[in-house]
Amino acid sequence: MSALQGTRVVELANESIAWAGKLMGDMGADVILVEAPGGERSRGYAPFAENEEGGESLYFWHYNTSKRSVVLDLERAAAKEAFLALVASADVLIESEAPGRLAELGLDYADLVRVKPDLIHVSVTPFGRETSRRDEPATDLTLLAGGGPAWSCGYDDHSIPPIRGGGNQGYQTASHYAVMSALTALFHHGVTGEGQFVDVSMHAAANVTTEMASYMWLVEGETVLRQTGRHAMPMMTMPVQIRCKDGRYATTGMPPRTPAGFGSLYDWLDELGLVPQLPEAIFLDNARHRESIGFADIGVDDEVTAAFAAARDALQLIAENSTADGFFEGAQKINITVGAILSPEEAYENEHFVARGYQVEVDHPERDAPVRYPGAPYKLPASPWRISRRAPALGEHAAEIFGPLGIDAAALAEAS
Amino acid sequence: MSQHDPSPTRNGHVAPNGTALGTVRICDFTGQLAGAGATKWLAAFGAEVIRIEDPVNQGMWDVLRNMPPFVDDRRGPDFGGGFNNHNVEKRGITLNLRTDRGKEILTEIIAKSDVVSENYAAGVLAKWGFGWDRLREIREDLIYVSNCGFGHEGPYAAYKTWGPIVQAMSGLTFTSGMPDREPAGWGYSYMDHTGGMYMALAILFALIHKQRTGEGQWVDLSCTDAGLSLNGPAILDWTVNGRPSRREGSPEGNRSSSPPMAPHGIYECAGDDDWVSIACRGDEDWAVLADLIGEPWAKDDRWRTLAGRIASQDELDEKITSWTKTRDKFDIQRSAIGKGVPTAAVQKPEERIEHDPGTTEFGLWPEVEHAKMGRVRVDGLPAHFSKTDWKIEQGGPCVGQHTDEVLSSLLGYDADEIARLHEEGIV
Repeated sequence: MSALQGTRVVELANESIAWAGKLMGDMGADVILVEAPGGERSRGYAPFAENEEGGESLYFWHYNTSKRSVVLDLERAAAKEAFLALVASADVLIESEAPGRLAELGLDYADLVRVKPDLIHVSVTPFGRETSRRDEPATDLTLLAGGGPAWSCGYDDHSIPPIRGGGNQGYQTASHYAVMSALTALFHHGVTGEGQFVDVSMHAAANVTTEMASYMWLVEGETVLRQTGRHAMPMMTMPVQIRCKDGRYATTGMPPRTPAGFGSLYDWLDELGLVPQLPEAIFLDNARHRESIGFADIGVDDEVTAAFAAARDALQLIAENSTADGFFEGAQKINITVGAILSPEEAYENEHFVARGYQVEVDHPERDAPVRYPGAPYKLPASPWRISRRAPALGEHAAEIFGPLGIDAAALAEAS
Repeated sequence: MSQHDPSPTRNGHVAPNGTALGTVRICDFTGQLAGAGATKWLAAFGAEVIRIEDPVNQGMWDVLRNMPPFVDDRRGPDFGGGFNNHNVEKRGITLNLRTDRGKEILTEIIAKSDVVSENYAAGVLAKWGFGWDRLREIREDLIYVSNCGFGHEGPYAAYKTWGPIVQAMSGLTFTSGMPDREPAGWGYSYMDHTGGMYMALAILFALIHKQRTGEGQWVDLSCTDAGLSLNGPAILDWTVNGRPSRREGSPEGNRSSSPPMAPHGIYECAGDDDWVSIACRGDEDWAVLADLIGEPWAKDDRWRTLAGRIASQDELDEKITSWTKTRDKFDIQRSAIGKGVPTAAVQKPEERIEHDPGTTEFGLWPEVEHAKMGRVRVDGLPAHFSKTDWKIEQGGPCVGQHTDEVLSSLLGYDADEIARLHEEGIV
């Protein structure tokens, strides 16, 4: 039994919270996507199946698995009735309407608790419901720029703009917090029977998801600076990314930390026939015979300083002479923590993810074959993650959802 | 859930009523951010989180205990600012798990806990004799959540990671950057933050499942699995269309093709490393922005339509830069936002923390009382609950700060026994 089996979630369709609805739906919640006539805008977002502009949106498919769809024009009286009936049948409402809109419609928390006293209402807005910035428009880009992440992301060359990481991470981060909120409130409901209103701010979500950038300022009054592919820090640090022989990049992470680790690195260099190209390799071999070796002795003990410098150069040389994958596996096998910079599809086809069952097939009755999707972000064996259905067609489930609520086809026609 | 009463000594007073998770006790081995971030959320909502740390190395498995930032010149495992940030509202005890007595005490704590959480490398807890089979033996309905870079199964299970490695291996570093340049990646451990969120989600899902069925379980969380799920549309583009993300012009830097928007970018402003982001969602936003710019080029007919703006986006971006780069980023933000166009200065930490009503009015930077550091501001949480809101008042625990308290209030040990455990180096 999935964890949220029997929990009904009403999601007022909006691209910024689609991820939140999917996370709950894939864990068994009955997520009902309420779309305006014409459908949620992201039904028209690229990429499209078979690359047909204006065709089926793969973007929409991804974000809306395990949901059912109904259409309601909330401006109309009949739709308000239907919406109230739907909320009365639900446990959670999640929405991202502009502050004030639901109140204008007579469908805000204060109205909804009349039909569902123990409702959990999760509002997710750019700046929260209560701050003086609440009415400002925002997109994923402006949230990441104003909220802190972009300041820390980019290149050593500061004539290149700060970078917004790809993939709607501003919306997705807010969605993570929205689901954590919904689950926290659901647990509390399970103990006390009580519902409540939750005010999630996307801007606040970005602000507390910047690691050191915030607490370097809060504690020391220091400002971090963006650096290529590595942590933004108050000072510029040494580069970590290396272009490998196959044109892909690797990230070098940490040097060895034990005498044996330095020895293994020497042996690897030797195995690849690269020792002659690195005269300093001798310091790695020497380090092997020490009793201990640590960062603290850099600059104090000349041999240690030389060994760490040689380790850096050795990793660089090996990476330049290996594929990114080969570098990753070779280093990890001798306990050196490095990574290959994979594209999403390379990771998806990688043997490790495949072996973990990350590739899942979802049935699309309209197509000849099932479609492969990203799999479970977590594995809960007793209450498993599962995509229960492909994304819904617009209004596909109106009759089966509203019928049991006593709302018939004629009333639905009035409502949409 | 646990049949425990709120500890009378917790934080010096009775655990507050009206918390969302006040009935939950967590035996917590997490550290750094990927683990500690998860239990920070749970603790702030009232869960009793008991950190178990090693007295021999003074809890330094979590290296953040003695890493910058520092409030003053003092150094040591009780002074790391990052550790304090991630461990507010938790209790900390020391327990030497190399000793049989230490293992017995841990067993007693687990027996009284709903959740055991850890983010060690795969297999570490099992090596100490607390693998899943043993945990389940101690408490049949236990929830155990392990969190590591590659999970406990699969060819890479033995490999080590930290945030930037997880991001590299799950596609996230690749998708952050300018086209035809090396990846820019993430200037912080995005997947430590987000891995912590998935760990919190996993714990909450499992708690709800247990609330409904009485059943516990072991959740094997792999941060790279979670990370790879954050680029879904790119993966479907691959599985359905066979189109890879590794292609010319990809990633797209600060531009947006899904949905298509132009202008959509981060532009240079007057000032020191000052930038502003602008996103025109459609022709209407552009018309408003063009008016605001007020220069003849902005009224160019080619740019009335999205297709036209996209077709000559390089030129459009150059023109916009010529306008932004003599102006103050906040002036641009104010005037464009005033007319309804999504615009935001790229804020430096000081700007968003000290001068932004979007954070300050939200109460986003609470000040905690830390036993040795004194009063320190930390990251708050980005959601407010109408009935059971979070509380962040107590700083992260010093090494062993709550050892005696937990031994006496949770396990009922008397002062003599506790003194003996100290003498024998068990705690």
